[in-house]
Amino acid sequence: MNRPVTAAPHWRTPDSVPAIMRQVLYALLPAGACHVFFFGPGFAVNAVVAMLAALATEALALRWRGQPLRPFLGDGSALVSAVLLAFCLPPLTPWWITATGAAFAIGVAKHLYGGLGLNVFNPAMAGYALLLLFFPAWLTHWPPPRIGDLDYQALSTAQTLYYSLTGTLPGDLTLDAVTRATPLDLTKTRLGMMYTMDAIRTNPVFGDFGGAGWEWVGNFVTLGGGWLLYRGIIRWQVPAAMLAGLLLPALLLWLADADTHPSPLFQLWTGGTLLGAFFIATDPVSSPVTGRGRLLFGAGCGLITFVIRAWGSFPDGVAFAVLLMNAAVPLIDRHTRPPIYGHRRPHGG
Amino acid sequence: MAEPSTTGLHAAWTFDPRPPRPDWGIALPAVKRLSTRGPIQPAPPPAEAVISLAHAQGIATPLVRPGDRVLTGQPLARDAQAAAHASVTGTVVAVESRPVPGSSHTPCVVVRREDPERFDPALRPVDPAVLTPAQIAAHISAGGIAGLGGALFPTGRKLRAGAPIRALIINGVECEPWISCDEMLLRERAAAVIRGTRIMMRALATEQAVIAVKVDMAEARVALHDALEADGSGSIGLAVVTARYPSGGERQLIELLTGEEVPAGGLPRDIGHVCQNVGTAAAVADLFDLGQPLISRIVTVTGGAIAAPGNFAVRIGTPIAALLAAAGGCRAEPARLIMGGPMMGIALADDALPVTRATNCVVAATAGELAPARLEMPCIRCGECVQACPAHLLPNELLGAVRRGDAAALDELGLAACIECGCCDHVCPSAIALTPRFVTARAAQRPPPGPGEDPS
Ligand code: SF4
Ligand code: SF4
Repeated sequence: MNRPVTAAPHWRTPDSVPAIMRQVLYALLPAGACHVFFFGPGFAVNAVVAMLAALATEALALRWRGQPLRPFLGDGSALVSAVLLAFCLPPLTPWWITATGAAFAIGVAKHLYGGLGLNVFNPAMAGYALLLLFFPAWLTHWPPPRIGDLDYQALSTAQTLYYSLTGTLPGDLTLDAVTRATPLDLTKTRLGMMYTMDAIRTNPVFGDFGGAGWEWVGNFVTLGGGWLLYRGIIRWQVPAAMLAGLLLPALLLWLADADTHPSPLFQLWTGGTLLGAFFIATDPVSSPVTGRGRLLFGAGCGLITFVIRAWGSFPDGVAFAVLLMNAAVPLIDRHTRPPIYGHRRPHGG
Repeated sequence: MAEPSTTGLHAAWTFDPRPPRPDWGIALPAVKRLSTRGPIQPAPPPAEAVISLAHAQGIATPLVRPGDRVLTGQPLARDAQAAAHASVTGTVVAVESRPVPGSSHTPCVVVRREDPERFDPALRPVDPAVLTPAQIAAHISAGGIAGLGGALFPTGRKLRAGAPIRALIINGVECEPWISCDEMLLRERAAAVIRGTRIMMRALATEQAVIAVKVDMAEARVALHDALEADGSGSIGLAVVTARYPSGGERQLIELLTGEEVPAGGLPRDIGHVCQNVGTAAAVADLFDLGQPLISRIVTVTGGAIAAPGNFAVRIGTPIAALLAAAGGCRAEPARLIMGGPMMGIALADDALPVTRATNCVVAATAGELAPARLEMPCIRCGECVQACPAHLLPNELLGAVRRGDAAALDELGLAACIECGCCDHVCPSAIALTPRFVTARAAQRPPPGPGEDPS
């Protein structure tokens, strides 16, 4: 009798790369729906454009590198990168900008580094950073949230699609009429003009703590992040350390002078803070593997975000903070290796 | 009794009856119910017993030749560390290399059974109280007892004089799923385990021992508790450890119980501990109380393909096919035949292989009980393997070093500390066969194959 002889272990977790990526996408769904609710259908349009571009780029890159299409195209990692990129872009973004970002994310940031698992930089953030450098003017116009008594005209799905396809608005609509500065943008420019925080916050784009609408997107991001934590798909170290790294210095400065520094709660509920903490910085490939390393990495992401927001020239700093810390990951990994069993000093505990 | 062994180095030690939850390992379903419904049953002696002469420290020298008639319990081979005994009465038909589980060529003595069974008249109970520690260790070596947890380290050798011992640790944790032979032994023969523990404490001249079981072994705990109460001496403690695999690995158990780590390249003895399996303790008790050398052991026969799973007292050398028959045979064609558990068990090509002293469990598994084959994806650096590794290694980086064939990096990353437990492999979402690569790399790294670990 001859039976198959396979090596131990004979059991294996049912978790797989596609299953993990699928759950990350599910976890982003509530936040995406909330985004559409507050800021219009633009997010959905961008997400679809980004996903198509990412899949096409992935297929081309795999073909070019002589890799099999099926397992890699189906692993879902390109889709996650695409959706995260879409979260960073204004709802009104022409399709070629979105597609360029997605193509750069997958083609350059991922495949030039060797494909799945080998990219040093978070692909979505690399794509977003490229767009910030190449198309800065296109990325500053955000429709205000569809709540409260803002005097603006909400765009329909058809109008949004028209803009995405052509880069112009139909009829005699102007971009200025349908968009506003973001809360982070306002804070940065008005603080520079010596306004106090109290005066700045009277603008209707501000909500209770952070940006109106943004707060709710943040809540749903947190919900999705909590689910990923519960499922063990992400671990607590990166989100906790990133939030601490951003909020602690924000708290200190705010306590010192609340007139010229936004409150930590504003920092938490605005811009990319929560998305960054739960979905971007936690990208396994481009973050450290050890628990201590993740604490360092997260804290660095939070701190750099804070520094850029407070003193940098960009309103938000999550993308650059994550990219900078990505570059430090090999170093962090090397210096946070846990002590190997049996190499601790005896009685050292 | 000998004087308490407290030196400056190894001061008195107190164990925590409920050791902490570790930051390593994985939670696994136990799947023990299948085989713990009924009592341990005797399996019939085989028509032909193939008795392996190997133990972890070498091969015992044969004392018999083909054609010799042997009685049950008669020594067939012996060296300074251990012996092997006839598990049936009959005629030696071969002294030759045979395949046994885990090895394709192992010196064996093959005995064809002849009825009626007669026991070697030289076998006599021995009172350990009249022996010195060294004599006890020598008697255990001559009794053929070797680590029944699966490592086959000669027990007598572990008990020989050496650095002073703070405590003897009796390992009844049995953290691998499927296997229940130690649990059933504790349920049915807790007093014998305690008696064997006491004999080994005497050999080690130590005043303290602790028997460790897993948190989900309720019946075994009650049985041990009652037996310890009847014993009444108070010098043997009972510790309950986490069910997280591999809490029963020798080094992991020591860490759980003492908070200390066995130094790299060293033995538990170097920090004042000796570990023995509960099955070994019971075998020592039988050797002294009944005069019976190691001619049988308890084997769990389980798996979805088995008609009547359970635990069996099996003569050493019984073909696995005969053992499966004792468990009612297979009701379905097993997808895999595994000796041991799902994490470290060896898949067997053939059910003609014999039961050895290391055989704790035989699983006839259906396809549904095994992980389906999956395509290896690239490592996505998720770090799950790092979290799970009980040796605190970085399996993802070890993988890179194995692929590059970088021996220096393997060394620096601590491959030598890998206990081949399979945790990293199990949790890997990319389905990368990590552990088999580490097993191969470890074998290439150290010239002679040393003793393995047994997280049983
Ligand atoms: S097999 Fe080795 S590397 Fe993998 S978890 Fe076990 S000890 Fe760690
Ligand atoms: S578990 Fe697998 S995919 Fe995750 S870091 Fe380890 S080797 Fe890589």
